[in-house]
Amino acid sequence: MTSTDKPTHRVGVLALQGAFARHVESLTRCGADAFEVRTPEQLAACDALVIPGGESTTMAMLLDRLELRTPLAERLNDGLPVFGTCAGMILLAKEIADGRPDQVPFDVIDIDVRRNGYGRQINSFEADIAVEGLDGSSFRAVFIRAPVVTRVGAEVDVLAEVDGDPVMCRSGHVSVVSFHPELTDDDRLHRLFLDRL
Amino acid sequence: MAETGSDNTSSRTDGTVRVKRGLAEMLKGGVIMDVVTPEQAKVAEDAGATAVMALERVPADIRRDGGVARMSDPEMIEGIKEVVTIPVMAKARIGHFVEAQILQALGVDYVDESEVLTPADEAHHIDKFAFAVPFVCGATNLGEALRRISEGACMIRSKGEAGTGNVVEAVRHLRSIIGDIRRITQSDEAELFQWAKSLQAPLPLIQEIAETGKLQVPLFCAGGLATPADAALAMQLGAEAVFVGSGIFKSNDPAPRAKAIVEATTNFEDAEILAKVSRGLGAPMTGIDMDDIDVRLSERGW
Repeated sequence: MTSTDKPTHRVGVLALQGAFARHVESLTRCGADAFEVRTPEQLAACDALVIPGGESTTMAMLLDRLELRTPLAERLNDGLPVFGTCAGMILLAKEIADGRPDQVPFDVIDIDVRRNGYGRQINSFEADIAVEGLDGSSFRAVFIRAPVVTRVGAEVDVLAEVDGDPVMCRSGHVSVVSFHPELTDDDRLHRLFLDRL
Repeated sequence: MAETGSDNTSSRTDGTVRVKRGLAEMLKGGVIMDVVTPEQAKVAEDAGATAVMALERVPADIRRDGGVARMSDPEMIEGIKEVVTIPVMAKARIGHFVEAQILQALGVDYVDESEVLTPADEAHHIDKFAFAVPFVCGATNLGEALRRISEGACMIRSKGEAGTGNVVEAVRHLRSIIGDIRRITQSDEAELFQWAKSLQAPLPLIQEIAETGKLQVPLFCAGGLATPADAALAMQLGAEAVFVGSGIFKSNDPAPRAKAIVEATTNFEDAEILAKVSRGLGAPMTGIDMDDIDVRLSERGW
């Protein structure tokens, strides 16, 4: 399943709900073969996966109802490279606070998050952040009802912060951000993800 | 390594157009459900709604009862905010900027300046740039959509005819908006001036559409959707998400219908799944033919 000898990476974007189309656009601009994932067959075709922003409760329910949860958990545990943004970060975390009781995360990166930790929509914001490993200027990060990272495990690298809170973390094949790189034309974080495949 | 901003003196800005349109982006591919009680809000969230619209009466009841329909009681909106974790929207009357101020103070996540309520101003819509909370507005055609965007709307929903359970007007409005977008992309520079005149819409917005082929903000569908097939129809026609009002809680068995509409919206192109989720849902809301209605809510808005 590795794609190191292939010129383009087959990157799926989980398309149950949310900003999946914007991720497909960003990844395509970066030269990846990007496609939407709604079925176990499409999931099996991925070399890497993006879990987009959207409503994490809705996505979690649809994962169950469309019988994607088990195959996705297996791929993630087998080391499928994954990039989770906002709701994607929530789904990949270890513990979720202020979620629904039946919302079980995949637990593939050792962080805890609090849903809507910055508040409601009127508290949503954008900010310039410095990202470790990123060339050039700062990155304009857009936070929409974003989760707050409340605990970071010892094995996890924090790559960016806002006011002392981690907003970008990486551990092995799992990268997560609490903001929305797909809402800007700046593709550097998508490129960073692809460069590491 | 040296670049990491541990002492980020961050340039946090809230209420930007990008942040306001951003929440609409997050609601794409989902279903926003009208609810009138906290219990209904739970049913909606349990079914996988991406957001709820808190209101006192669903459009079918507003239509039946008549009288002036206004913003909901703040207590009722707060009751709904308390029981769900998904975004909560609420409606203000067209032009009633004070109702919008109150909704923003209550911390609702989106304000719907809605023709379903009785208009408060027969010439002016709300100046939506004046708010940090984002607004969604209805439109029956592209000109109306662009006038709303020029006033600061961050999401457009085709109006349809709310409270009828009849999808025909939603289809008409979606086809009108998306059809004109397609035609504009085929127009030359001189024709764009004519488009601006005939649609009564700002020229720069028309020119932008000619270039991108897309509306500036997410385009959702509302008004008369009652079945999973209706939701999938709207999505296949080009809507990016759907609002379902009376269609869920005026049906015989709301919870399974709500779930089915959520699954249909995600899998809108997969007829096998649509067939599966459409089974055994009980009776949908009865619905009304367009010739039998006295008030066309979609004609409200200027």
